[in-house]
Amino acid sequence: MNSEAYVILAAILFAIGVLGFLVRRNALVLFMSVELMLNSCNLLFVTFARQWGNLDGQVASFFVMVVAAAEVVVGLSIIVAIFRTRRSASVDNANLLKF
Amino acid sequence: MTPLLTPLVSGAAVAFWICAPLMVIGALGMVLARKAVYSALFLALVMVCLAIQYAAQDAPFLFVVQIIVYTGAIMMLFLFVVMLVGVDAEESFVEVIKGQRVASVLAVLGLVILLVAGLSRTFVTAPVGLEAANASAGGHVEGIAALIFGRYVLAFEACAALLITAAVGAMVLAHGERITPRKDQTSRAAERMAAYAATGAHPGPRPNSGVFARHNSIDTPALLPDGTVAKESLSDVLVMRGPSADPNELGVANAAVHKEIAASTEGEDD
Amino acid sequence: MTLLDTLTPVAPTGLFTSAWLMIAIPLVVAGLLLLAGKVTNAWGHLVATAASISAFVIAALLFVDLLGRDAGQRAVGVPLYDWITAGSWTIKAGLLIDPLSILFAMLITGVGSLIHVYAIGYMAHDPGRRRFFAYLNLFIAAMLTLVLADNYLVLFLGWEGVGLASYLLISFWQHKPSAATAGKKAFVVNRVGDLGMLMAVFTMLAMFGSSSFVDVNAGAASLTPFWATMIGIFLLLGACGKSAQVPLQSWLLDAMEGPTPVSALIHAATMVTAGVYLVVRSHEIYAHTVTAQLAVAIVGTVTLLAGAWIGCAKDDIKKVLAGSTMSQIGYMMLAAGIGPEGYAFAIFHLLTHGFFKANMFLGAGSVMHGMHDDVNMRHYGALRKYMPYTFITFAMGYLAIIGFPMFSGFYSKDHIIETAFEHQPVLGLCALVGAGVTAFYMTRLMLMTFFGEKRWAQGVHPHESPAVMWIPLVLLAIPSVIAGVVMNAWIGAWLAPAVGAEDPHLHWYPHLSLIGIVTTLVVAAGAFLGWWLFGRGPIPAAVPYTSNLAIIAGRNDLFGDAFNENVLMKPGQAVTAAVTAVDKSVIDGAVEGSAQLALGFGAGLRRVQNGYVRSYGLTMIVGLFVIGLVLVVGRLV
Repeated sequence: MNSEAYVILAAILFAIGVLGFLVRRNALVLFMSVELMLNSCNLLFVTFARQWGNLDGQVASFFVMVVAAAEVVVGLSIIVAIFRTRRSASVDNANLLKF
Repeated sequence: MTPLLTPLVSGAAVAFWICAPLMVIGALGMVLARKAVYSALFLALVMVCLAIQYAAQDAPFLFVVQIIVYTGAIMMLFLFVVMLVGVDAEESFVEVIKGQRVASVLAVLGLVILLVAGLSRTFVTAPVGLEAANASAGGHVEGIAALIFGRYVLAFEACAALLITAAVGAMVLAHGERITPRKDQTSRAAERMAAYAATGAHPGPRPNSGVFARHNSIDTPALLPDGTVAKESLSDVLVMRGPSADPNELGVANAAVHKEIAASTEGEDD
Repeated sequence: MTLLDTLTPVAPTGLFTSAWLMIAIPLVVAGLLLLAGKVTNAWGHLVATAASISAFVIAALLFVDLLGRDAGQRAVGVPLYDWITAGSWTIKAGLLIDPLSILFAMLITGVGSLIHVYAIGYMAHDPGRRRFFAYLNLFIAAMLTLVLADNYLVLFLGWEGVGLASYLLISFWQHKPSAATAGKKAFVVNRVGDLGMLMAVFTMLAMFGSSSFVDVNAGAASLTPFWATMIGIFLLLGACGKSAQVPLQSWLLDAMEGPTPVSALIHAATMVTAGVYLVVRSHEIYAHTVTAQLAVAIVGTVTLLAGAWIGCAKDDIKKVLAGSTMSQIGYMMLAAGIGPEGYAFAIFHLLTHGFFKANMFLGAGSVMHGMHDDVNMRHYGALRKYMPYTFITFAMGYLAIIGFPMFSGFYSKDHIIETAFEHQPVLGLCALVGAGVTAFYMTRLMLMTFFGEKRWAQGVHPHESPAVMWIPLVLLAIPSVIAGVVMNAWIGAWLAPAVGAEDPHLHWYPHLSLIGIVTTLVVAAGAFLGWWLFGRGPIPAAVPYTSNLAIIAGRNDLFGDAFNENVLMKPGQAVTAAVTAVDKSVIDGAVEGSAQLALGFGAGLRRVQNGYVRSYGLTMIVGLFVIGLVLVVGRLV
C-alpha cells in the first residue's frame, strides 16, 4: 500500500476538521474538530515513519497524543467553568473583543 | 510457509479501503450532527478506524495507545462533559456571521486541493517499511522505547510535567469557588428555628423515602401517620421525570400479610 | 545750480565724544520709568523733564561749539561701535553732528523740554502720567537717533523708534476704542512708508555696500538714472508715511486722539518733519534725478492743498490744526523738491513751523483744559476775555502761520513761494493759493474760538491754565514772532555746506518782490473772507447741512479713508479670505483628507474584528491557503 493514499486521506480529514471548526458553534464540537485535526496529523506521522523506515515518526505521534490529552483536559475544564457561569456553550457568546 | 496464492491485494489495502470511507463519513457526521453526543460518537468511530490504520502501517504500539488513550480516555472525557453541558441541547443551524458558511466551504475546498496537490507528488519510492528499524532495535516496542528514553527523554520528561500541570489545572478550573461563605451548623439551625417561628415550617429533617419490603428507592415516598403521602420525601427531579411509586399500591402486600398475622394471632393476648 | 561738496566729517573732540549722551539719557530714563513702575509715580515726570532739558543743554553746547568753527569743519562724525558684521559688510553705528542735524536736535530737545514742562500740568490728573513721560522720553531718544545718525540704517532704527513712540502715545488712553484704533492706523500706514524706506536702504546696500551718508553721497554720482530715481521714489514713499503726505495721510487726523502734548510734540513739531529731514539729507541722490525731485514737489503741492481743504471743513480744533500741519509740511516738501535752492528754506520753515505749531497746539490744549476737554469749536466762543495768556500766545502763532509781515512764518513761507515760482510757476501758484486758504481757515479758527458769542455747554466755566502750562506757551510764542527776523540772514549760509547749496545771501529784513506783495495781498484776502463768513454773524451750534460737494469732501477728509478701504483694504481682505479658503480647503483638506482616508480605511477594515472566534479562524485558514498557494505554485515545497 503506497503512502499517497494515506496522505490524501489525512489531508481530507484535516480539511473536514477545519470545516467543523469554522462552521459549528458549540464549543465542544469545535474542540472535537481540533482533535480530528490532530489525529490527521498523527496519521501523517505514522505514514511517513513507514515511508522512510524511521521510528521517529511514531514517537512523534505518541507525544502528540500525550499533549492532546493534556490539552483536552484543560480545555474541557475551561468549557465547564464557562458553562457554569454562562449557562451556554456557544462560542459566539465570547464576542466582546469586537470593534 | 509460502502461500499457495499470492493475494492480489495486501491486508493493509483492504483495511485502508474499508476504513477510509468510514473515516470520511464519520468525520462529516461529526461536523454535521446536530447533537453534541452524536458528534462525539462519530469521532470515536473515526479514532477507532485510525487505530486500525496504524495497525496496518506497522505501528502496533500506536494502535493500542490510540484505542486506550484517545478513544478510551479522551473521548470518554468528551462524553462526560457533553453530559454535564446538556445532552439534549440541540444547536440551531442558523448561521450568525454573514457569509461564514460559504467562505468556509470555499476555503476548505481550496485547502484540500492545495494539500492534495502539494503532497501527492512527494513520494517517488515505495515505502521502506519498518522491518529494518525494528530489527536494529531488537523489536518494535524496544525500538520505540529506545527512542523515547534515549533521544527524546527530555521531551518525555516535559510531557510528564505537562500532564501533571494539566491535571492540577483541571482541578483548579473545575473547582468552582464559593461566592458566599459556607453556612456552618450553628447558623443553619438558627435559620431553621427562625423559619419555624415566622412561617411554621417544620424545623426537623425531611422524611426519608418510604421503605417497603421490596422497594428501597428514592422515588418511593414516605407515609404520614394518617396514611397520606408526605410530599417532602420525594425529590422534585424525580417527580418531574416521571410518576413515582404509589405507596398505597406498594403497601397492599404488607397489609395483606398484616391481616394474616393478625388473624393467626388473634387468640393470643400475652 | 552748482553743487558744493558736502562736508566731510572731522573727528570728535571734547564734548562731541559724549554726544551720544543726548540719546542715552532720555532712553535710560524711559526704561527706568517703565521698569520701576509705580514706585516712580511721584517723581517720574520730573526726572523725565530733567532728562529732556539735559539733552537740550548738551545740544546747545554742541551748537555753540559748531558756531565757533569755520564752515569746512562743521561736520563731526562720532563713531560709536560696530553694529552688524556679516561677511564682507560691516555696519557701524555712529553719530553725525553737522549744521543740519544740530538744528534738528535743538528743535527736538528745546520744544520737547517745553512740552514736557507743559505736560506736567496737563497730565496732572491722569493716573498714567509716569507712563506718559516715559513714552515721551522714549520718543525724544528715538527722534534724536533719527536725526543724529550717520548712516541710513541707524536712521531707520530711530525711524522705527519714533513710529513705536507715536503708536504708544496716540493710543495712550488705550481704554478708548477710538484711541486704540487710531494708534493702530498710524502704525499700519507708517508701515507702508517704512517699506519704501527699507527698499531704499536695500538698494543702497546693494549699490554701495554701505548705507552711511558719506558713502552714499560719494557714490551717488555713479548711479544709473533709473536707480537714482528709484531710490528717490523709495525715500519719498518713506517720507510720505512719516510726514503724512498724500497718499499716506489718513492717519494724521486720527492721531489727534492722543493727549494734546503728544499732538504738539510728535504730530506738529518733530516726528512728522522726519520725512523732510530724510529728503534733505538725501540731497545728493535727488541731485541726480530730476524725476524724483519733481515727484517730491508734486507730492508736497498736492498735500498742501489737501491739508488746507480739510482744515477748512473741520469743527474739531485739533483736527483743524492737524490739517494745517499736513499742509505746512506740504510746503516743506515742495521746497525740498525744488532742489538745492529750496533745502535751506524747507528747513527754515520746518523750524518756524515747529515753534508756531507747537505753540498753537499747546494753546489748543489750554483751551480744552479750560473747556472740560471739549474739542468742538462750536461750543467755544468769546474765550479771549477768560483765557488771556492763551489768547495772546495763540494769536502770535496765528499771525506767524498766516504769514503776517515780520513774523516768522512770513519769512519762511515767502521764501518757499518765491522759489517755487522761480522753479515751476504752476507749483508756485498752488502754493500761493494755499497761503490764502491757510489764512482763511486759521482766521475761522480764531474767530470761532476766541471771538463771537459764548456758545458754551452747561456747567462749563473757562479759566486760564496754571502757570506750568502758560509759561511754555509764552516761551514758544516768542520764537514764533522773532525767529524769522533772527534766522533769516543766517540760516542759508549755515546750512549751505550741509545740503550742497549756495549761500543765498539773505538779510534780517525781508526783501521786497512782486511775489511777496501778491502773497501778502492773497493772505489778507483769505483772512477777510474768513471774517466775512464767520466773524459777522452767530456760529450755528450744530453742524449746518450743506450740499456743497467741496465742504462735504472736506468734512470727510477728502474721502481718504473711503479710498483706502475700498481700493486697498477690501481687495486685500478678499485676497486674504481667498488664501485662507484655499488653505482651509485645499491644503488642510489634503492633510485632513489623507487623515480621513486613513480613518475611513481603518473604519472599514476594523469590521473584520467582529469578535467571533470562528471568523478569525476563517481568516487564518484563508491566510494559510494563500501562503500554501504561493509555496506550492512557486515550487518551493
